[in-house]
Amino acid sequence: MDASVMPAYVEPVRRSIVVKVGQARAFEVFTARMDRWWLRTHSIGKSPIAEVVMEQRVGGRWYERGEDGSECEWGHVLVWEPPRRVVLAWQIDAQFKYNPEMVTEVEVRFEPRGAKETEVLLEHRLIERLGDAAAGFAKGVGGGWGGLLEVFGKEAAQG
Amino acid sequence: MTYDLSLVALADPTRRAVFERLRGGPASVGEIAEGMPVSRPAVSQHLKVLKDAGLVRDEARGTRRVYEVDLAGLGALRAWLDGFWEDQLAAFKAEAERPPARGARAKRRK
Repeated sequence: MDASVMPAYVEPVRRSIVVKVGQARAFEVFTARMDRWWLRTHSIGKSPIAEVVMEQRVGGRWYERGEDGSECEWGHVLVWEPPRRVVLAWQIDAQFKYNPEMVTEVEVRFEPRGAKETEVLLEHRLIERLGDAAAGFAKGVGGGWGGLLEVFGKEAAQG
Repeated sequence: MTYDLSLVALADPTRRAVFERLRGGPASVGEIAEGMPVSRPAVSQHLKVLKDAGLVRDEARGTRRVYEVDLAGLGALRAWLDGFWEDQLAAFKAEAERPPARGARAKRRK
């Protein structure tokens, strides 16, 4: 990697949402039940997603299993602190390929707001590390990501 | 560095809507304007700002000029991820708050 071509810092993506369930339930749904809610259009495998899996431990794999049985890595679990916090390594680069050499972080915190509500705060940071891959991608856009965006847009429009 | 510009460009709700439209795939000015309560010239103006901010790029395709998200820019990548997580968190919320199965509800009523 050539550090000189990468911006030193990009403001992390920060998103939060309040859910009307307790902290433990929110954490469980987000992690163990990710397969139940993950939008199926967000797939990087060759085959449509059959299952999304996040293994429940530090170092656990985070991946999709395709309908054809193939597995496609997304990253792994960096921090596992149920029911308060989980940090995932997002290792999908700007070309929507798994890149074991690249790590961006997705931290998700679960903060109780009374007994029956939880604020879920998500931060996707170190996005600047995507820059290198993106720079190499400058010319020939269209393939993978373009196609994904198209599918994604259609789905969003239906929603 | 166009990255800072991208945040400013997307602060405007209409411009954000134009960008969201292009997340769905490349489109011409006319196609974008069709789905929005905004005139073509207004859409063109918004596209110009988005383009100057490095978020979208344009290209002649035959007789058409189409606009698309410029994925080479970190600003566009970041904006895409921002929308991505917004959508995922909404899906997560729906699942977390889904009413329990009928059996569980019946039990609670007693």
